[in-house]
Amino acid sequence: MSTATTHDETSYVPPAEVGEMELYHAKTWLGKYVFSQDAKVIAIQYAFTAIAIGMVALVLSLLMRLQLGFPNAFSFITPTAYYQYVTMHGMIMVVYLLTALFLGGFGNYLIPVMVGARDMVFPFLNMLSFWIYFLAVVVLVASFFVPGGPSGAGWTLYPPQAILEGTPGTEWGIILMLISLFMFIVGFTMGGLNYVITVLQARTRGMTLMRLPLTVWGIFIATILALLAFPALLVSCIMMLLDILLGTSFFMPALVSMGEQLEYGGGSPILFQHLFWFFGHPEVYIVALPAFGIVSDLLSVHARKAIFGYRMMVWAIVAIGGLSFIVWAHHMYVSGMNPYFGFFFATTTLIIAVPTALKVYNWVLTLWRGNIHLTVPMYFAIGFIFTFVNGGLTGLFLGNVTVDLPLSDTMFVVAHFHMVMAVSPVLVVFGAIYHWYPKITGRMLHDGMGMFHFWFTFIGSYAIYYPMHYLGFLGVPRRYFSLGNTDFIPASAASLNQAISIAAIIVGITQLVFIYNLVWSLFNGKKASDNPWNATTLEWQTATTPPGHGNFGKELPKVFRWAYDYSVPGADKDFIPQNEPPRS
Amino acid sequence: MTITLIFMAGIMGVIVWWLVKQTINVQPWIADTGLIPDLDADAILQPRAKSGLLAFLAVVTSMFCLFMSAYAMRMSLGDWTPLPEPDVLWLNTGLLVLSSISFQWARQSAKHGRDVSLKRGLYLAGALSVTFIFGQLFAWQQLAEDGYFLSSNPANSFFYLFTALHGLHLLGGLVAWIRAAFRVWSGVEAAKVSISVELCAVYWHFLLIVWLVLFGLMLST
Repeated sequence: MSTATTHDETSYVPPAEVGEMELYHAKTWLGKYVFSQDAKVIAIQYAFTAIAIGMVALVLSLLMRLQLGFPNAFSFITPTAYYQYVTMHGMIMVVYLLTALFLGGFGNYLIPVMVGARDMVFPFLNMLSFWIYFLAVVVLVASFFVPGGPSGAGWTLYPPQAILEGTPGTEWGIILMLISLFMFIVGFTMGGLNYVITVLQARTRGMTLMRLPLTVWGIFIATILALLAFPALLVSCIMMLLDILLGTSFFMPALVSMGEQLEYGGGSPILFQHLFWFFGHPEVYIVALPAFGIVSDLLSVHARKAIFGYRMMVWAIVAIGGLSFIVWAHHMYVSGMNPYFGFFFATTTLIIAVPTALKVYNWVLTLWRGNIHLTVPMYFAIGFIFTFVNGGLTGLFLGNVTVDLPLSDTMFVVAHFHMVMAVSPVLVVFGAIYHWYPKITGRMLHDGMGMFHFWFTFIGSYAIYYPMHYLGFLGVPRRYFSLGNTDFIPASAASLNQAISIAAIIVGITQLVFIYNLVWSLFNGKKASDNPWNATTLEWQTATTPPGHGNFGKELPKVFRWAYDYSVPGADKDFIPQNEPPRS
Repeated sequence: MTITLIFMAGIMGVIVWWLVKQTINVQPWIADTGLIPDLDADAILQPRAKSGLLAFLAVVTSMFCLFMSAYAMRMSLGDWTPLPEPDVLWLNTGLLVLSSISFQWARQSAKHGRDVSLKRGLYLAGALSVTFIFGQLFAWQQLAEDGYFLSSNPANSFFYLFTALHGLHLLGGLVAWIRAAFRVWSGVEAAKVSISVELCAVYWHFLLIVWLVLFGLMLST
């Protein structure tokens, strides 16, 4: 801390002193709480909407589990309904919950306040972004109430079956789904431009790129991925809509449906798969990278220790982001491809394990000899490491063409992707909410309920997904409404399915405790101090809790150091805030 | 997907190059000693709106690259019959080039505070663009008269799709143009609309390049 370094040459210090004139002040109640242009309010709106629709998707998954565990015990779960649950559960969880919550929710709240800005750089676009997202959700929900119900094509919406008679929801459901996705992408692009430009150009004085907390890095790179990858989904949505509505044959081959020769001809379903997965694979990292970033900060704060290998962590995020664009066809091994392509995509897929493993090592090494505080966020962060390693390892199985072929379309795949991109990021979401709730509301969440929530969710998830790997090895297929009498599936698989369903119901109910905790603590929680976790980053250094309009008081903070000055030898406290000037 | 991958590689190259520049030799764990020097406010950064536009153009480029990849993949499947591009497209291309040039003229005029030529350039650019849109609609009409409908062949589908998307982006740009033109018309001085005009000009140049690439692609196949 004693030597001046060259990296703070003036040319790297952005003059981010945002004038008060630029800040938009709402004049009406409506402008302040509904059509708000304040990133913090928008963040809460995003989070609230995402969690609400996520709860719908959770219920849908429980309904699926009821059918799998207790076949035909519930008459309202018809095969049609079952496929609609599968489709809506997947689409909502991946796009409308996780993407929206990480980028729209955490991105909006944390980016400005962590980089030391008063707000996002384009507040009006930001507001528009949320409302278009909200409308997209409304359109999606509307598909439950139209004739024929929502689409049942699976969340991948593969043509030709997605638009052919016989698949549920081909009258209205699929059209509404595509329109809703289209709107989501438009809305997201508006928000995404905001996040990127805010990180690039609204950082406060002294906040060089390499002093950004990893949370911001994760969200920043994930946003870039999303901005470049979502167009692929947009392109496939537009072309599929044209196929449905105007009879073009982009994706539709010549085929006979219900004994009738359709007018389509020559189109390629594989073309759709390429476009879809060109979006679909980066999407995994759009969800994972913010989680990586946030968990790095949680571990560092609660272990009172600098993150291990900060620069390596940044570069690993960038490398994962770059690689995620050249692995998409590993989702298409069974579609048939040139063996050399298969070899290429298997290789790139396995290469992603390298930067990912670096990150895991660094998380573990951050804990090594740290002063670990077993707070609720810390439990979730450590739970994430376990779950992510588990899910990642099965990814190595599926990344290999020869291993993937027999496992494809079995429960093993379901177990893999739920471990790696459902449970893992969701554990981080929970950890992050327990961590930042005090800043957002000014009150602490209840610890006891938090612990209960953690243990039931964590162990419950393993009770759900561990046995599924085994079912997959037995050859139990995914997406099947019922298994019937199949010779190679032993009767014990049915008992295992029952056990899984019971575990799923318990985990589902546990989430109600979390929701209750959120509401209860809002009124009865312990009052939080400005910096209850003794963290260094700027959001904990605001004058008021929750931060007021404009985040910081009269003057924006100046940043003198990185975000990880924990347990610095010789310092008075075990943390030094980023905006604390050095002792001379 | 080759086209898209080349674009992605380019973008990644830019990001990595920029990041190396920012991070090489940086030791983030070392704090500053002294006070951060004061800077004059707008010395380094370009306007945020311009950065925003450039980022948006990257997104749009990504989308058009994906459409072109889809075009290339779909073309290789047996049933492709190239359609004869109507000659009016050459005229339209000329209009779009002229419109881009007038925007550049307006941009320079705004920058140097020449109110009159700003007005002329801006109005001319808008008028040319609107004519371009009508020209494109005329091309559609001609094709339809000759029996080249949207769904009769994938080549036709892509032609209508490309022209429609490009046209929609131009219409979106015209909304920004209307705002700028209205402010100029209501007598706001040149310096104040300079940034809006500049952003319009950049967007128009971009759309011109997109059109040239799409048109070239369709002519050559």
